[in-house]
Amino acid sequence: MAAPEVHAPALKEYPVIPILAAGSMAASKPYVASEKINEALGFPGKLVDDWHGRAIAKMGELLGESRALRVYLDSCVHCGACTDKCHYFLGTGDPKNMPVARQDLVRKVYRRHFTLAGKLFPKLVGAEDLTQDVLEDWYKYFNQCSECRRCSVYCPYGIDTAEITMAAKEIMDTIGMGQKYTNEIIGKVHKIGNNLGLPGPALKNTLETMEEEVKEETGLDVRFPVDEPGAEVLVVVPSADFFAEPHVYSLIGYAKVFHAAGIRWTLSSHASEAGNFGLFIGNYEQMRKIALRVREAAQELGVRRIVVGECGHAWRVAYSFWNTLIGPFDWLDARHPVPQHICELTWDLIQRGAISFEREKNDHRIVTFHDSCNVARGSGMGGIPRGQFILPRGIIRAACNHFHDMAPETIHEHTFCCGGGGGLLSDELLELRVKGALPRMEALKQVVDAHGVNFMATICAICKAQFSKVLPYYKFDMEMIGGVHQLVGDAIRLGRND
Amino acid sequence: MLLSALFACLFYAAAAVLAAGLAVKIVLYARTPAPLKIPTTPAPATRSGVLWRMLREVVLFESLFGANKWIWLFGWVFHAALALVLVRHLRYFTQPVWGLVEIAQPFGIYAGFAMLAGVAGLWARRFLVERIRYISTYSDHFMLALLVAIGASGLAMKYVARTDIVALKAFMLGLMVFDWQPLPADPALLVHLALVAALMAVFPASKLLHAPGVFFSPGRNQADDSRERRHLAPSARG
Ligand code: SF4
Ligand code: SF4
Repeated sequence: MAAPEVHAPALKEYPVIPILAAGSMAASKPYVASEKINEALGFPGKLVDDWHGRAIAKMGELLGESRALRVYLDSCVHCGACTDKCHYFLGTGDPKNMPVARQDLVRKVYRRHFTLAGKLFPKLVGAEDLTQDVLEDWYKYFNQCSECRRCSVYCPYGIDTAEITMAAKEIMDTIGMGQKYTNEIIGKVHKIGNNLGLPGPALKNTLETMEEEVKEETGLDVRFPVDEPGAEVLVVVPSADFFAEPHVYSLIGYAKVFHAAGIRWTLSSHASEAGNFGLFIGNYEQMRKIALRVREAAQELGVRRIVVGECGHAWRVAYSFWNTLIGPFDWLDARHPVPQHICELTWDLIQRGAISFEREKNDHRIVTFHDSCNVARGSGMGGIPRGQFILPRGIIRAACNHFHDMAPETIHEHTFCCGGGGGLLSDELLELRVKGALPRMEALKQVVDAHGVNFMATICAICKAQFSKVLPYYKFDMEMIGGVHQLVGDAIRLGRND
Repeated sequence: MLLSALFACLFYAAAAVLAAGLAVKIVLYARTPAPLKIPTTPAPATRSGVLWRMLREVVLFESLFGANKWIWLFGWVFHAALALVLVRHLRYFTQPVWGLVEIAQPFGIYAGFAMLAGVAGLWARRFLVERIRYISTYSDHFMLALLVAIGASGLAMKYVARTDIVALKAFMLGLMVFDWQPLPADPALLVHLALVAALMAVFPASKLLHAPGVFFSPGRNQADDSRERRHLAPSARG
């Protein structure tokens, strides 16, 4: 069956807040997970008979476990400050994609079942029962939130819609309404070790081929070791880095950095995935289980440091949650941050003069940088305030001569999601993904027109995949997108340590 | 005297609901674990940094300023004016009146108008801005109506039908020590007092919970130190 054609919205010179188009995205929803997929994660296979009772019970449980959920559901004053902050609203005009309206899908049920006012005067306070229709809305519109947290930056109470989306997804999982794309991937990680389901031997093959290719290009033995005991650093990368384009170029970049700096590193076939989709479905146990693979691999290999590759949500989980989930890390080298981002490692080497660049090699590129939401709003780098904005840009400037930032209201903590985060990177959501990319595309167009930008660097595997797919819809070349370490790899001076 | 008794009981009841309701909510917020570190950028790295951030949020509405200048303007003017008005009202509850409250008196009057202007601006947005019209519920309008009525009845006592504030003060001071004094039977005053009691009573069951809520928001009150300090919520899972 041919997919219906998706048309990108026109790029306007100045961003305009859209007029409400109620129901315009009511047809957008991802495939429901099969019984097999759900059951592999311990969720009911399909919608259970007493779904209403179980959903409300689960909501009560979550309210007792998450202060964020409780406070956020109580505190919203409907001020409307967040209404024009979501890229999905800006791209689609569907009012249920306004963050507060999205939250209200859960809030109205919370009010009905957990507050006195909602029990007594449901109409007055906008409380509603969890009907079949409301549940349908949940499935549609919580799968139109990439959990990017942009709205939370602007809310006077810091209300984070992502937390509410995660709670809703968790509730839906417990009643058998799991989403196929995320749940299938989580199953693969548990079984095989990575999101793509790439088994160990295939991984080794791929990396050997890569070694040969780099040898051809550079004449040097730049290594891509897997499961190598005695390595100092375990590097955990998003599995797309193993063979998707442009992701592989970043992996080559990391390898060249380690080569140039003379650091012994290794990948792991057990923890061959940095990504952690447990975050996207808001499930603590899944997230912990996936993260544990990294700890197991690191201990088995006896490494002293753990470094995370270019993957946005992986870095949020690693930076913000690993210490809680799989810490403490007292068995690792305390002279380095645990975990460490590949950008922190590279930046540190640049600062110490341990690596250097022939920047002219990137002279054909005029570069801009897309801050990925999870890095920008859910993590840090370098142990300095705003390090997650400073370090990647610092690396780009060290490796390239031409760099221009996009408009200030679209970068740093104000950055717009690529449109494919939060477990929405599946084909059936293409229309949503194309439209959700609109704000970023508008900002990109400005620097393309003003400075001739022809390369947008980013440090997230999802951003890379999403932009490769949607850039052509906006008449941009899909090869405009790539990793920061792609730029590093193309300009770094090698020749030592081979 | 019946009137005084009625209003005295009304205020005791409203105050009890407000205090007990808020206490229950605050204890609940405080006891509910925050299993993971979820501060929002730009998050300070230290506890004192968090206090400073909180202060800016609560006093200046920093995030809202970055989000929408109109909502910020109306919202901030309303809250700042309300604070002044409340300070001014302390003169009905203190004898002798505190120095600071004395100083606030002249400003308090203007603040009454500013408060109404702020509320009017916020209310207008609920009709004029399509997005905000979409998200508004009856209770949102009800809350604004309540505030307008409280402000208007208050100003009416100052400018239209002056009430016997000496008697009122005696009533209020008496109320606090369970020694009931006669309450002047002015319509504006009775409306004003009844509505204030209503506001106090709905506080813990309404969106006014944003007042304690803002202090418990993990996105705002957590420090960005997850790598340095292992965060373990005492009663959290895992
Ligand atoms: S978290 Fe991001 S995607 Fe979700 S509602 Fe907020 S702005 Fe939109
Ligand atoms: S900005 Fe915050 S308080 Fe205002 S409507 Fe949005 S979620 Fe509610």
